[in-house]
Amino acid sequence: MSIIKTNNLTKKFRELVAVDDVNLEVISGECFGLLGPNGAGKTSLLRMIVAASPPTSGDIWVLGHNLRTDSRQVKANLGVVPQLDNLDEDLTVIQNLVTFARYFDLPKEEAKQRSREILSLFELENKHDSRINELSGGMKRRLLIARGMINQPRLLILDEPTIGLDPQAKHLVWRKLAELKSQGVTQLLCTHNMEEAADICDRVAIMNLGKILSLDTPQKLVIRHVGKTVYVIEVTSEEKNNVKEKLKNLGLDFEVVDNRIHLFHIDSDVVIKDLGTSLISLQRRPGTLEDVFLRLTGRTLIE
Amino acid sequence: MKSFSWRFIRVWQRNRDVFFRLWRSEIPVMVAEPIIILLAMGLGLGTYVGVVNGQSYIEFVTPGVIAGYAMFSASFECTYGTFIRMEHQRTYDAIIVTPLNIEDVTAGEIFWGATRSLLTGSFILAVAAAFQLVHSPWALLILPVSFLTGIMFAAIAVLYSSLVPSIYSFNYYFSLFITPVFFFSGVFFPLSSFPEIIQKLSWIAPLTPVVQLNRALISGTLTTDLLPALAYITGLAFVFFAISLRTMRRRLIV
Repeated sequence: MSIIKTNNLTKKFRELVAVDDVNLEVISGECFGLLGPNGAGKTSLLRMIVAASPPTSGDIWVLGHNLRTDSRQVKANLGVVPQLDNLDEDLTVIQNLVTFARYFDLPKEEAKQRSREILSLFELENKHDSRINELSGGMKRRLLIARGMINQPRLLILDEPTIGLDPQAKHLVWRKLAELKSQGVTQLLCTHNMEEAADICDRVAIMNLGKILSLDTPQKLVIRHVGKTVYVIEVTSEEKNNVKEKLKNLGLDFEVVDNRIHLFHIDSDVVIKDLGTSLISLQRRPGTLEDVFLRLTGRTLIE
Repeated sequence: MKSFSWRFIRVWQRNRDVFFRLWRSEIPVMVAEPIIILLAMGLGLGTYVGVVNGQSYIEFVTPGVIAGYAMFSASFECTYGTFIRMEHQRTYDAIIVTPLNIEDVTAGEIFWGATRSLLTGSFILAVAAAFQLVHSPWALLILPVSFLTGIMFAAIAVLYSSLVPSIYSFNYYFSLFITPVFFFSGVFFPLSSFPEIIQKLSWIAPLTPVVQLNRALISGTLTTDLLPALAYITGLAFVFFAISLRTMRRRLIV
């Protein structure tokens, strides 16, 4: 069953096309990752899905409702964890949750009980009455996710959920997301943390310049675009063109970055031996989602 | 055009909770300033002025101070307060992905601003009554007038907040709009003391009809002249409310 479905979804800001004719389907119970460099259109896409931004054209169905007509029903069943911390600084930790629960019409007693439960779930119970600016970055992020869960949403939307966190806090967040997934909460997250995407997402879409370039499980994306093993060879400047020529003649799939050559889709070392003494060094490692990402979205900075 | 729903009450409740959580810093300000101005003007300046329109100066100035501080309360709340919540704390971004829409948020802000006006108005009226400056039970109607005044000024403030780029823009709002309105609305001296051209201009200022209404209500001298004044502020409140719902959507739902 599809939880999110977009149909030729486009978002333009004057001349800039932020989201370009995107057809996307997120299936019930999965964790779906949107991966892309800054400015790829991930956040614009998420904002449209949570009804915070009207599409320029195209349609969105979320949880079976058309977002144009039934945004309130959709939002009532949605949990949103934004990239920028927008906790209510005028309220304490517990008041943040109780006030948020009230936006969802939870009765007072239930709101209080649920808030306490969710605080302990996210290991924040001893921060009950703290002010928001007394919390560390990791605590704020956990509280943001806790707040997103207050209405027991069927769909959780997360924009860079672990950005700026230390490894401990990051792994705690990942564990919590895995727990929620096991309870059947569908998740859509956008990130540019490859490890996060590879670890917790069932499927990943790689986006650039408003378009989805490729979409599959992380493993299949790796196999499709770079292969199980990647070779990185370093050559001298003088030898570079020579080696490139050889690789071309061998019909190999490679990419040159300065004095390094990345070789993709190679099954054995045999070819490398042919290159002889012109190599400074040779490194053999498993292909990663990061290789896929850089291949698809390019190595130049996009600003 | 989209309108707001009953859910605006959730934003009102949120602001109320914050107000009572921060009462130590909120309430003294709300209470002290109008009292100071009342004492300074009424007793200090009043001893020089003597009698205005057959009243002691403090009697003359009290209904105007109620009107003026109803204006200030809503204006501060819905300029700096609204802007900080909207841009600096990003509180609205969090609220509009719950079942509330931006129109509910905007209406909640305006009604909360009006509630601040009502609280301030009630407080000054109570003090005035304690000093026997209130001469008619009609004065109780100053409370709904204060609320309406609050809606009007809150809506104007929210409209301005929805258009400006930064918090520094409110310096203009207060020095070029609120302060002149405060001094040219007949709070401290009858409009008839101004040259004719300024008298005419002062009728554009949305505080002038409020001062007129309060002054009549506190002394119990009601006439049909008050109906246009009431219609004027009601009309402005409606118009600015409707416009601010639109401009807020345009600013935040992009």
